[in-house]
Amino acid sequence: MLTAKDHFDNFKVRWGINRYNYTVSPGLYAVGDPKQDSPVIVTANYKLTFDLLRKELAGQNLWVLVLNTKGINVWCAAGKGTFGTNELINRINKTKLEHVVSHRKIIIPQLGAPGVASQKVTKSSGFKVSFGPVRAKDIPEFLANGWNASNEMRTVSFDLKDRIVLTPMEIIPGLKFLLIPVILLLVFNIINHRGFDLNSLTETFFNLLSYVGAFLMGTFFVPVLLPYIPFRSFALKGLFLGSLWALVFFNFHSVFMFADNHLILIGNILLLLSISTYLALNFTGSSTYTSFSGTLRETIIVVPLVVAASIAGIGLLVAYTISNLG
Amino acid sequence: MALKYLKDVVTLKLNKDKCIGCGICFQVCPHQVFMIDGGKADIRDKDSCMECGACAQNCPINAVTVRSGVG
Repeated sequence: MLTAKDHFDNFKVRWGINRYNYTVSPGLYAVGDPKQDSPVIVTANYKLTFDLLRKELAGQNLWVLVLNTKGINVWCAAGKGTFGTNELINRINKTKLEHVVSHRKIIIPQLGAPGVASQKVTKSSGFKVSFGPVRAKDIPEFLANGWNASNEMRTVSFDLKDRIVLTPMEIIPGLKFLLIPVILLLVFNIINHRGFDLNSLTETFFNLLSYVGAFLMGTFFVPVLLPYIPFRSFALKGLFLGSLWALVFFNFHSVFMFADNHLILIGNILLLLSISTYLALNFTGSSTYTSFSGTLRETIIVVPLVVAASIAGIGLLVAYTISNLG
Repeated sequence: MALKYLKDVVTLKLNKDKCIGCGICFQVCPHQVFMIDGGKADIRDKDSCMECGACAQNCPINAVTVRSGVG
């Protein structure tokens, strides 16, 4: 049974709080009252994973073999190799699994497959590897169906709920990119108003709100609205929503306390578009369907363009400042 | 609305001559890239491949290759 504290701690790691030290000890655990013939389910030692699994297995009687994935979830760890062939073999040996169960079968989550060479595990440990369903909630049905999974159970989705829970970990790590506009705008306003006073501070604050908008386009709205935004490229999706925001910015620039000057407006628009494009591209790292080759292609093309656009944007603001001071 | 990523970029390759039709690639793939047809695997939807490497890792005769990067 998951306690209120478990739920709260699981919520916190979604925001990056204590995320990198959120583990359970590797080893063999019992769910319910398993016997020698009970199935063995393998999982990672990230506590969020472990809690999700034991919540879905309530009422079952089986063994849970927890691998040392250094506190990382199954799929990421499999990609890295820590939910891996050697760790699985070692953990089977360390827990003396062959003395605990009379059978020689283990069930690993399907998403552990990238890290586990099942034939090597069998050769080394004597245990035959079966692939369980993608989602823990399908395990009871999988077990009841003679260890058969439907196509749906073997497919990874990326629906709204899946996407929205990832947004805090786009927003929080992304905040450091907002420091650049903070400093930039502060310096710009101080120089152009010839003073560090309440006016320049107020103006900087309202200026920044336009950047918060671009930031949220890239870190929140692209993930949430992903299937409905045109283009397959994440960077282009970011550019698309970023352009909509740029339109708002252009028409309501006085709300954000920007002067009616083309150098200022276009300079800031280049920066706003850079932010939403880059942060949207970053979301590929958390998505469940983007390939390495695809993200590489996007990155190689987009990052130099974003850097160039940012430099051009800053250049326009500098040009304005120089002409204004003269 | 099925989400689709960029076209014609993935490095997935299947050597059908080597394939013994065990079906493991079909089982482990999270996006139903493979199908088993006439006792052998075939690529059903190459652009849906996310290069996770599960297939290549588990193919018993190394008939499948893919560049899976850092995961």
